[in-house]
Amino acid sequence: MSIIKTVDKIRSGELSSRELLEKYLPLIEAGQEKLNSYVPPLLSEKARLAADRLDERIKAGGGEKIGRLAGIPVAIKDNMLLEGTATTCGSNILKNYNSPYTATAVQKIIDEGAVIVGKTNMDEFAMGSSGETSYFGPVKNPADINRIPGGSSSGSAAVVADKHVFASLGSDTGGSIRQPAAMCGVVGMKPTYGLVSRYGLVAFASSLDQIGPFALNVEDAALILEVIAGYDPKDSTSYNPENYADEKTLDIVSGVNDGVNGLKFGIPKEYLLDGLDPEIRSRLEETAGILVKAGAEVQEVSLPLTKYAVAVYYIVAPAEASANLARYDGVKYGLRTGNGKDLMEDYLKTRQEGFGSEVKRRIMLGTYALSSGYYDAYYLKAQKVRNLMKADFENVFSQVDMILSPTTPTTAFKIGEKTEDPLTMYLSDIYTISSNLVGIPAISIPAGTDSKGLPIGIQFMAPLLEDRRLFTAGRVIEGTYPNE
Amino acid sequence: MSEYDIVIGLEVHVHLKTATKLFCRCTNGFSHDANTQICPVCTGQPGTLPVINKKAVEQAVKASLALNCDVQEKSVFARKQYFYPDLPKNYQISQYELPIALNGNVDVGERKVRLTRAHMEEDAGKLIHTSDAMSLVDYNRTGSPLLEIVSEPEIDSPQLASDYLKKMRHLLRWYDVSDCDMEKGSMRCDANISLKEKGASELGVKVEIKNLNSFKAVEKALEYEIKRQAKKLDDKETIMQETRLWDDDRGITLSMRSKEEANDYRYFPEPDLPVLVVEKEDIKEIRSKMPDSPGTKIKKLADQYKIDKSNLEKIFTEICFVEYFEHAAKSLKNPDPEKVIKLINWISGELFAVINSEGRELPSKISDNGFVTEINSIQALLTPEKLARLVDLIEEGTISGKMAKDVFSEMWASGKSPEDIIEEKGLKQITSGDEIEDICRKAVQENPEIVEKYKSGKEGVLGALVGAVMKESKGQANPKIVNQKLLELLAE
Repeated sequence: MSIIKTVDKIRSGELSSRELLEKYLPLIEAGQEKLNSYVPPLLSEKARLAADRLDERIKAGGGEKIGRLAGIPVAIKDNMLLEGTATTCGSNILKNYNSPYTATAVQKIIDEGAVIVGKTNMDEFAMGSSGETSYFGPVKNPADINRIPGGSSSGSAAVVADKHVFASLGSDTGGSIRQPAAMCGVVGMKPTYGLVSRYGLVAFASSLDQIGPFALNVEDAALILEVIAGYDPKDSTSYNPENYADEKTLDIVSGVNDGVNGLKFGIPKEYLLDGLDPEIRSRLEETAGILVKAGAEVQEVSLPLTKYAVAVYYIVAPAEASANLARYDGVKYGLRTGNGKDLMEDYLKTRQEGFGSEVKRRIMLGTYALSSGYYDAYYLKAQKVRNLMKADFENVFSQVDMILSPTTPTTAFKIGEKTEDPLTMYLSDIYTISSNLVGIPAISIPAGTDSKGLPIGIQFMAPLLEDRRLFTAGRVIEGTYPNE
Repeated sequence: MSEYDIVIGLEVHVHLKTATKLFCRCTNGFSHDANTQICPVCTGQPGTLPVINKKAVEQAVKASLALNCDVQEKSVFARKQYFYPDLPKNYQISQYELPIALNGNVDVGERKVRLTRAHMEEDAGKLIHTSDAMSLVDYNRTGSPLLEIVSEPEIDSPQLASDYLKKMRHLLRWYDVSDCDMEKGSMRCDANISLKEKGASELGVKVEIKNLNSFKAVEKALEYEIKRQAKKLDDKETIMQETRLWDDDRGITLSMRSKEEANDYRYFPEPDLPVLVVEKEDIKEIRSKMPDSPGTKIKKLADQYKIDKSNLEKIFTEICFVEYFEHAAKSLKNPDPEKVIKLINWISGELFAVINSEGRELPSKISDNGFVTEINSIQALLTPEKLARLVDLIEEGTISGKMAKDVFSEMWASGKSPEDIIEEKGLKQITSGDEIEDICRKAVQENPEIVEKYKSGKEGVLGALVGAVMKESKGQANPKIVNQKLLELLAE
């Protein structure tokens, strides 16, 4: 399943989009049954209409531009607005919320001809890393349906891993694309903060959130990123082109096969602790070997501020989230339980009933961190440490071109069975949250399976705006592992 | 009661004049239909993001410069968090630690009231409470650009407070930054007042007063509070630090019993917006495009036309009148000081009278955004050039001063030029000596009894003859010449 090859067939008329869609719809429905990967309803009818319209345009010819994703069935995470669909964020409080507009990134893939088949299930408001906190029930991992797929972009990872769509969009605030990508065995990538517009992505942590692609192979993922990336005047945090590193910044696809000859990779020593599954550790070493064979150098590097990443993240993210989720109060849209004796009670009842416990936990944490007398000690302090962490990474990137690490310290655990080992929990955070905190891009590449047949993911991180590098490195290691 | 020092600080919110709102491109302005000037951004829909309106920043800078503030090159937007139905996101994007302007001052008569700061923020919506205990929200106003201006707590009388507000209104209207209409809500004021023992260094307990909807209300509320607090202090009672609402009907302030405990707003910098940068050169450019201050302007015009400043004061209430005057004065023939003063009097007299009688809103000048304003429509009817022409014609003797008033009314109603009107209505003053002599001779012939009376010493009856001449000439004969000719004829 390759997007690029399939689009060629559709463009040439060898394959019609409707044909392609009809081939996948039964698989999509079966996937939903098995994995609970969508928030119903599926968008089958809308998809059929879109496919038919595309086929008409292709038949009519006339040199009309046929998009780079023409006819490709894709899914998008249910925290991205798509006009005409509900956007629930996996939450009861937005269960019936009708999207009044379409997110910029989503519109971009639609404009390139992609056919959206459904909104994927997710941890509520993107808070979680297992897919178990969704109001609509947990998502299952296609590799083993008794196990979690990871989260919060649980459904987006599962639908691609299940091979019933070619690609999907997810969002990543502390690892929510990369971690489920690793656990499900697909490519998942988080762009440089600001490279992809956040307009239309329901905000969790404003300074950390990014939309990114899931795909079955590196080239397809690169294509999706190229389509969705770019300055959006509706998002004041999106990169203005005059600030791009160079004119190749948005040129993701062209360098995919450049290889890694002469590049330097660094493995942070602070990441290699007990708590990292030994099978994953050896897969990491194998990966280093593959890179060296391909002409790269791999060395040890140090990120001494790693130990502060968790504290910083668990202050900044909940703090911003507590403000971002304040708008869900039953006044303007969404769930309203009503019948309180006064305004305050109306608010309390709606939010009490509408939010799940993980969301409530984080709102409370965040509210506390910002409250009078604590702002300086917590949020402000955390932001300062964040700046120091940025310098930490800049220092490393003056020595190497990319950082190499595991994506997760373990493979997927069983549903309901979260690990109790604090070191493992710690590692599962630090591998991914650091890149969100400092804004750099990162990718998870499927690197075979472990002895239980569960997928392993390997992560690359690159400097700000060097997103294309990640796909180049990913391409080199892609498909080189046994049990793939 | 006057044993206490009065310490008043005022927080003024002015609604900035821009085409669109502060963080989205909805129309900024009043609408009769609720929830018609809204979009996903200003109604706080999920996934939306704020985008700064550069014009609003320009207006904020202009206002800050007008108030002699130090405009900060870097300022930071912050989220001010509280829950209320008129605040869609349940936080207001405001500025906290780093506002766009610091310091500043306003000259109020002899006094100079200093300012602490001014910052930008978005407005909330409007709540309407219905009779059946239901509340409705209108988000038209949500997201409108505001500038909050904070004075130092150094206003020491209700009168000064009221004068300060009037002065601020005058200035901000002068620079076309805001309409500053308290009744319409484009200028809102909260007052903070405390009393302390005369000469004491420590400030007393501060009481905040809200719901002040006019200058008068500000004065009366402060007067009431002074009495209330003074009595408490006299009786050795403690004054509660609280927020009180002014009840204009009853003329008292009332404690806000609803939960107005000190709100913890949990401010933090707005992550969706970059630091607001206003370069020094941009500040300079904004300043250069601003008109002269009222003080500078009045002096310039007084010097230019060699008249005393005091003559100009009555048209300096609004910049549009000054502009009108300038255009008119420019097209006056031989604008000597006397003539210029006459022009001013026409503007402040007749012109103001018709503007007021038609209940027109006080017009604003044409601003750079291209607003078409009331003064345009006035000018379309009665251009400055036409008015100047009228003044010229009176001076030239073409029409009498009395006639001119009628011509003016016609000019206002029809938009025609004075010459056309005079032509059409045949109102030209008769000044030809021969023509007048003929009419006078006729009047003398037709009124022998009056002539008799005059010749017998009753000089007062001349007026009757003048009257007869004026009647015959339909009021167009030049009265001076009529007098002259009659006297000549009667002397024969």
